[in-house]
Amino acid sequence: MTAATRARTDVVAAVRAVPDPEVPVISIEDLGILRSVEVDGEVVRVVITPTYSGCPAMRAIEDGIGAVVAAHGLRAEVDVRLAPAWTTDWMSERGRDALARFGIAPPQPGAGVAAAGPVSLDLSVRRVACPLCGSEHTEQISRFGSTSCKALRRCLDCHEPFEEFKAI
Amino acid sequence: MSGDVTWVGKAPESVVPEGDSLVAAYCLQLGDDALIYAQRLGEWISRAPQIEEDMALGNIGLDLLGQARALLTRSGELDGTGRGEDDLAYFRDEREFRCVHLVQQPRGDFAFEMARMVWFAAYQRELYAALTGSSDPVLAAIAAKAVKEVDYHRDHAEQWVLRLGDGTQESHERMQAALEVVLPYLAELFDDDAVSSAAAEAGIGVLPSSLHDAVVARVAALVERATLTLPDDSRWRSRGGRRGVHDQCMGYLLAEMQHIARSHPGATW
Repeated sequence: MTAATRARTDVVAAVRAVPDPEVPVISIEDLGILRSVEVDGEVVRVVITPTYSGCPAMRAIEDGIGAVVAAHGLRAEVDVRLAPAWTTDWMSERGRDALARFGIAPPQPGAGVAAAGPVSLDLSVRRVACPLCGSEHTEQISRFGSTSCKALRRCLDCHEPFEEFKAI
Repeated sequence: MSGDVTWVGKAPESVVPEGDSLVAAYCLQLGDDALIYAQRLGEWISRAPQIEEDMALGNIGLDLLGQARALLTRSGELDGTGRGEDDLAYFRDEREFRCVHLVQQPRGDFAFEMARMVWFAAYQRELYAALTGSSDPVLAAIAAKAVKEVDYHRDHAEQWVLRLGDGTQESHERMQAALEVVLPYLAELFDDDAVSSAAAEAGIGVLPSSLHDAVVARVAALVERATLTLPDDSRWRSRGGRRGVHDQCMGYLLAEMQHIARSHPGATW
């Protein structure tokens, strides 16, 4: 492996590992918002997609990518692309595990399939396991949590409130 | 609020734009609806009946603000003026805004907000679902993103209308009264204004009247489940928002929304 190839591999790995500013236990790759990374000479072109239209973390994520690329002596060009629209189905298994360990119930799979069809999910009737004790005996407190991407729930067995990543 | 306005001299919308300018004008209308409703929803923070609702209404407003940013950015890219999203949001005067009257109405009680939201979200859900097929690829992408968000808004408002309508006598009465307060502002959502009609013709947009039946059917079924009654047609109705004719409340809303940006033009932080 040449030095140049190694540098390219390193910067790509560094971009993939940029943490989400709101939930720093998960990387932008595992969250599914990193769409592509391309090294072209001195320029690293990165395509990301927002979770929600109004996600206020996008600027911080762009800055985070810019910082790790600059640390490799290169320059980042970040393109924020809306299509295809992000879905929680793009979240990796590793990302889901990291969320659960952090105390956030991961999103349920199949959101993208459901959203593409004409039938809306009844968003209130779902079984969500408590990330603290594992009980599925939980209820929703509010559809909207501390960030756009999360809802509030509570466990009816261990009585702890917790957040859930909304399937979208 | 008034009926049709008689113009002395040239009316501002007398020429319907074409091509890129038409996409820009259409995106501006949709973006203004989202922006002004986002501003109203932001007023709920610290005023909602419970802290979870502060967060919910703030989050819904944030989604709408995100949609508005994308739509206004698209409008500014294509209208030939080189204006960005902030220029359009903060440096236009009242008559240049193209939002409907429903979204600008002052904040009422919580039942009023749920009545407004249940209609507006049902309308936006049908609108964005149809716009995923827009011939403008950026507008289609914005719509595909927004339709998933609006699903949650609609569901949230519907759950509250059910709970309040089929709740206590007090909550039932206030929810019923709220349905009557928003009624005069609904017809305007489905008016085939000049820009929307031209946009629909060009495959860019959808004809507002084509959304009417699905939206009304959805809300009517919900209202019945909530043991409420859809009020009869009102004796008056709003009109003119798409031509820049607004209520008195709009000036106060814009003063609050715009004064910081106008006091410090070009400021960065």
